[in-house]
Amino acid sequence: MQLNKLKISEAAKGLRAGKFSCEDLMKDCLKEVKARNKDLNAYVFVDEKMALNEAKEMDKKFKKGEDLGPLMGIPCAMKDIFNTKGVRTTCCSPMLKDFVPPYDATVVKRLRDAGMIMVGKTNMDEFACGASTEHSCFGVTKNPHDIERVAGGSSGGSAAAVASDMCIYSTGTDTGGSIRQPASLCGVVGMKVTYGRVSRSGVTAMASSWDTVGHFSKSVEDSAIILNAIAGHDDKDATTPNVAVPDYTSFLGKGVKGLKIGLPKEYFGEGVEKEVSDKVMEVVEKLKKEGAKIVEVSLPMTKYAVAVYYVTMPAELSANLERFDGIRYGKKPSKSAVQDLVEYYFASRGEGFGSEIKRRIMIGTYVLSAGYYDAYYKKAQRVRTLIIKDFEKAFEKVDVLIAPVSPTPAFKIGELVDDPLKMYMADALTIPASAAGLPAISVPAGMSKSGLPIGLQIIAPQFEEGRCFTVGEVVEKVQK
Amino acid sequence: MLTEEQVRHVAKLARLKLTDEEVKKFSGQLSGVLEYVDILKEVNTEGVEITSQVTGLKNVMRKDEVVSGGVTREELLACSELEIDSNQVKVMHAIK
Repeated sequence: MQLNKLKISEAAKGLRAGKFSCEDLMKDCLKEVKARNKDLNAYVFVDEKMALNEAKEMDKKFKKGEDLGPLMGIPCAMKDIFNTKGVRTTCCSPMLKDFVPPYDATVVKRLRDAGMIMVGKTNMDEFACGASTEHSCFGVTKNPHDIERVAGGSSGGSAAAVASDMCIYSTGTDTGGSIRQPASLCGVVGMKVTYGRVSRSGVTAMASSWDTVGHFSKSVEDSAIILNAIAGHDDKDATTPNVAVPDYTSFLGKGVKGLKIGLPKEYFGEGVEKEVSDKVMEVVEKLKKEGAKIVEVSLPMTKYAVAVYYVTMPAELSANLERFDGIRYGKKPSKSAVQDLVEYYFASRGEGFGSEIKRRIMIGTYVLSAGYYDAYYKKAQRVRTLIIKDFEKAFEKVDVLIAPVSPTPAFKIGELVDDPLKMYMADALTIPASAAGLPAISVPAGMSKSGLPIGLQIIAPQFEEGRCFTVGEVVEKVQK
Repeated sequence: MLTEEQVRHVAKLARLKLTDEEVKKFSGQLSGVLEYVDILKEVNTEGVEITSQVTGLKNVMRKDEVVSGGVTREELLACSELEIDSNQVKVMHAIK
C-alpha cells in the first residue's frame, strides 16, 4: 500500500493501530516527490534528511505514549510564504531567494505543536500575486491532471502536492482566491477561512485587509481537523478576533436536510463556462434530494468585485512591499556602482521583484497618489461596503451559498500570462467572498469531458466555517 | 491612458527601476487595468461608508510591556546581507 495516498483521518488511525510508522508515511511521500516533482514542480524546497528526522522524532514520541492529536506524524507541505525557522522561505521571489527566517509563523508553530512533520516548501506566484503559479522565480507548477496546464495560484504548489499525493495535506493563503481556485483546478479540498480566524503572523503580507491563511486536503473531514489545530486568536496578530473556536469536526455528519442553500444567479451567467455551471448544478440537484432547500438569490454587486480588488489590493500590497528595500528586508543589489541610498533602493527593488509584482506596485502607487486617492481607493472601499451588504441580505434568506469557483477548468500554461486583465478574471468568482471576509470551501464537483477537475464553493457567514464542512461533506458523499 | 512619462513618475514614487521595455509594456497594461476599474464609476456610492476592515474590531490594545519575540539579536542580525558593525546594520549614507 502507498501510504502517501492516505487521508489524515486514515493515516491517524493507521499510526495508532501500529500498522505503520511516521517514518514509513514520510518515506512514501518522499518517494512520490522523487518520482513526480521533477515534472510537476510543486515543491521548491525538500530536505529529505530533515523530513525523515522529524518523522523519527514523532515515532519516538508515539513510543513514549505521547499523543498530540490527529495531525501527529502526518506529512504536510508548506507554502513558501510561511516563515519556517531555519528553513529557507522565499515567497518565490528573487528578493528573498536566500532568506532563512529565525522563527516559525504562528500557524507553523501551532501545526508543530500538533505534531506536524514537514515534507518541504511549495511553489507559488511571487508574493502570492497570481492565479497560475507562473509568476514564480522557480518556474511554473504543472497540473497533476494535465502537465500542459496550470495548477492555479497563487498556492498552486500546495494544491498540486496534495492532488499528486506528494503529501497528506498542505497550507496556503487566500487573498482573492489563492486557495479555492487552485483547489478547484487540481481537484482537492481548499479551505479559505473567515478573515481573522487564523493568525497571519509570520506569513508575508500581501493585502492586509484581505489576506487569510488556510489549507488543502483530500477530504472535507481532514479540512475540519486541520482548522481545529490552527484557528483562534493570536496575540501576534491584532486582527484575530476573540471568537470561540468550536470543534469543527462536530459539524460533520449532520446532513443538509432542511438547510437553505442559495444559488447566486450572477455566478452562473456570462463568463462562466457552461460545463462548469452544469457540473455544479448536478451536485446541487443531488443536495436537493438529500433534503436541502434550494433558493435563487441575487448578489448584484458581484460584477464590481474584481475592480474593487484591483484597486484596494495593489494599494495595500504596494504599502506592504515597501519594506523590501534591500536593507530592512530583501537582497542588496548586485551592482557595486550604486552611488547613494536612493539609487540603492531603486536597484534592489528593480532586481528583486518580478514583473507581476512591479505591475501591482505600480497600480497601487498610482491609485494612492495625490489626486487619485479619492477617485480610486476610497471609491473602491465604498463599493466594497455594498458587496458586503449584498451578502448580508442573502444570508437573511439562506444558510449557505453554493457557486462555481473558477469560471473555467485549468487553462494552458502561457495562455494568460501576458494578459494581466484576463488573468485577473480567473478570480472573478472568488473575490466577492474575500471582499466580505467570508469563509468558503472549495470542494471537487466532478470532472470535465476532457478529464479536468471542476470545483464548487460553499460560502458561509463570518465565523460559520462549520456550515462549509457540513455541506461540503454531503457534496463529497452524493458523488460517491 | 497612462503615458510613458507618467509610468516613469509612478515608478520613481515606488522606488522601482524599470527598463525602457518595461516602461513601454506597463504603459499599455496599466492603462488597461485603470480603464477596467473605471467600471466602479457606475456605482452610486453617495452616503456609503468606506470599508477598510471587515470584522469590526476597534482599537486592539495590549499591555504596554516589552514582549520578546523569542528571537535573539544575533539571529535577527544574521538575516541581513549587509555588513554588521557594533550590532548595527551598515547602510549607505543618506545625506552627504
